[in-house]
Amino acid sequence: MFLQQIVIGFTVGGVYALIALGYTMVYSILELINFAHGEVYMIGAYLGIIFLGIFTAIGLTEQSLPLALLLTFILSVFFCSAYGFTIEKLAYKPLRWAPRLSPLISAIGVSIFLQNYVMLTQGATDKVFPHILELAKIEFFGVTMTTLQIFIIATSLLLMMVLHLYVMKTKTGKAMRAVAQDRIMASLLGINIDRIISVTFIIGSGLAAVAGLMVAMYYGLVNYYIGYIAGIKAFTAAVLGGIGSIPGAILGGFILGIIESLAAGYLSGEYKDAYAFIILIIILLIRPRGLLGKATP
Amino acid sequence: MILEVKELTKAFGGLKALEEVSFRVMPGIILSIIGPNGAGKTTLFNCLTGVFPPTKGRVLFEDKNITGKKPYEITRMGIARTFQNIRIFGRMSALENVMIGQHSRSREGFIGAIMRTEGFQREESEIRSKALEYLEFVGIKEYAYSLAEGLPYGYQKRLEIARALATEPKVLLLDEPAGGMNPQETMELMELIKRIKGWGKTVIIIEHDMKVVMRISDWIIVLDHGVKIAEGSPRQIQNNPDVIEAYLGKEGIF
Amino acid sequence: MGIKGSLFLLLGISLGYSLLIIVRKYSGFLSGIPLGKEFKPPHIRYDSRLLYALTLILLLVLPLIVGDYYIDVFILAGIYIILALGLNVVIGFSGLLNLGFAAFYAIGAYTCGLLTTKAGLGFWSSLPMSVFIATVSGLILAFPALRLRGDYLAIVTLGAGEIVRLTLNNWDSLTGGPNGISGIPSPFVFGFELSKLSHYYYPVLFFVLFTIFIVRRLYYSRTGRAWLALREDEVAAEAMGINTTKYKFLAFSFGAFWAGLAGALFAGKMRFISPESFTFMESVFIACMVILGGIGSIPGVILGALILVILPEVLREFQLYRMLALGIGLVLMMVFRPQGLWRRG
Repeated sequence: MFLQQIVIGFTVGGVYALIALGYTMVYSILELINFAHGEVYMIGAYLGIIFLGIFTAIGLTEQSLPLALLLTFILSVFFCSAYGFTIEKLAYKPLRWAPRLSPLISAIGVSIFLQNYVMLTQGATDKVFPHILELAKIEFFGVTMTTLQIFIIATSLLLMMVLHLYVMKTKTGKAMRAVAQDRIMASLLGINIDRIISVTFIIGSGLAAVAGLMVAMYYGLVNYYIGYIAGIKAFTAAVLGGIGSIPGAILGGFILGIIESLAAGYLSGEYKDAYAFIILIIILLIRPRGLLGKATP
Repeated sequence: MILEVKELTKAFGGLKALEEVSFRVMPGIILSIIGPNGAGKTTLFNCLTGVFPPTKGRVLFEDKNITGKKPYEITRMGIARTFQNIRIFGRMSALENVMIGQHSRSREGFIGAIMRTEGFQREESEIRSKALEYLEFVGIKEYAYSLAEGLPYGYQKRLEIARALATEPKVLLLDEPAGGMNPQETMELMELIKRIKGWGKTVIIIEHDMKVVMRISDWIIVLDHGVKIAEGSPRQIQNNPDVIEAYLGKEGIF
Repeated sequence: MGIKGSLFLLLGISLGYSLLIIVRKYSGFLSGIPLGKEFKPPHIRYDSRLLYALTLILLLVLPLIVGDYYIDVFILAGIYIILALGLNVVIGFSGLLNLGFAAFYAIGAYTCGLLTTKAGLGFWSSLPMSVFIATVSGLILAFPALRLRGDYLAIVTLGAGEIVRLTLNNWDSLTGGPNGISGIPSPFVFGFELSKLSHYYYPVLFFVLFTIFIVRRLYYSRTGRAWLALREDEVAAEAMGINTTKYKFLAFSFGAFWAGLAGALFAGKMRFISPESFTFMESVFIACMVILGGIGSIPGVILGALILVILPEVLREFQLYRMLALGIGLVLMMVFRPQGLWRRG
């Protein structure tokens, strides 16, 4: 059972990590906890189901499942990135120099708005992911793993690697790191702060979209509330790993996923959601900078 | 000797902001601490007032060891300060700012506030009138009811001094009081500092404006890269080669 | 709902706001004392006592004039005013971001509910205990406040609030889980049971006035100034001799005190409580009242509570869009008028 829980933990952890990356990148650049990020993830899940539904309706899914899935992914990512971009421009940018409470409240406002917007337009009941995936299973060491789980873990790791390379090697990536260190200095050096911030939101939202889609496939259903829960957990993961640190978000995501899975398996499944809160509070009290974060004076 | 600093050292990681700084302060004088930027002057103030504890060394106030005490404890004992980049309470009136200075000199708490006991009312009115006095002393009494953040820069600086004075300190630490002031304001400031000395208080100021330093100081300490490189009367400091070298390139500052 | 409905909603809100501004301009009482009496030299006085007296009389006879539906709304508004004033001390006076205030509210309500249903105590006997336990919880939550900056404190308090709710939801044996506690008795006054809303109204009114009275007195005092200094600049406050640790503890427990009181009153009104009423959204809702009214301002916060309780009732048909409007409202408020509705000074 232990290994089984680990496998589940890794799968869920990968998802948490993808969402956590969005939180950590935005925080490192703006020192803002993007409350609305969880809703973008939720929208990604919904969009995935909607697009796949369209493709199924026009018969594309029957013809070529991989193509339909690929297009669904691309479209979801595109629209979610657009959401992220717009949210930043409307709700955060005007408050860039305001006291810290203001953008936080604004973020909460966006979160409330998006949750209810989806609830009103899509209904309050669960939305079901179409049953189009045939899942093969692999067995080893008494553990059962589905191809979907492998797919999720693989995709997560792949995206993380790509992001890491992007941030380390490309010009934009380096600019992002510069802005994270010292926003004013970076702008004095000629870096277009607005553009970098937008790129950060776009990338973060895109990753969240992928996470959302994968969760929709994994659990088979979504509702407007998943953004809030996943958001808190992913934020916990980001803090656990060290907010502002990309490797930290990844590490934190997987660790949280595994801890949660083991705790649910061995302690109590009822309090599953509480574990993340508890971990969050403990971390913030004992070691606020997380595992890989830098200590701030 | 009212204040003694012994081998004060403060390191931030590998960076030594202060290194084995020692000096004594006689009561009732105006002491200026000067030095190029980054010399560690504000760090010295922060160590003196308990904002952070020194890495090594001690601070003795009236022969009592105050090293590592919390800022509010040190204020209660009689050391007050102003800040380099003014930290007044923006969204309160000037009067309220100064009234807060009286916090450690008053007692009434919860019960008094709720019951509005005679003691409470008396104390409130005392705090208020004392605060008005301090405002008058620094010359901004007409602005008592104005919003602090709306005041012009010069008046804000004076407000901060009034607020610090309201804590009834024996030693007053002023961090760059003349910063950003025009010659007229600077003159008035010097008068103000002399009057504070006239009250019997010891004043320690960090200052870059050499005219001010030379005119009003009784004693000067020079810091450079965290180390005390000279100490003496204004005349002595003016002629000290080490000091001149530390300020190399800034000719005619004296 | 359509375009028509949204426009109607928008119109309603703008009209309400304009009305407020007009009333403020022409009424000495409502032009409000800004931060302190210290803003106006003592010789300026306006006699608002007449207006206060009239308002009080009106409030006292209200149940005789209006029907039960309105009384219900007023009682709820009263409870929220107490909550908002309590949170105002934490966020508004002291600048400490607490997003888990509903936890104290819940603790007050559940303590009252449990003591009355399981321990057989009457309402008035349970009340002090409810308030006490809530206050103690406030003290406990103050510990993280000592070390954490703004955003992090917000998250920790959020987490704490959720943990309380999850515990209430899952600890079936004690709290009845999702089914909550029902059958909470009404208070008795001199042997007379306050089972009707129009009767329950009076203790609630009393406590609202009590809260306003005490909070106001603390505001205009050394303690209040210390809190405000803490909010404005913690480092400077400490440098001025204020023991910031002590005042943080004081703020949290004092705020929690009122939440506990409100919780007990809520339990007595609804006669039934469940974790549903104490979610994060609830904490946000209360925080919105404080923000809407203008952080720190007592009349502003009362106004904020009134608006956020009465407005949804007035626009009942648009109930569905309530949260939607709240969300947009928050963003708009922050972008265009972060200092709240009540202007200072």
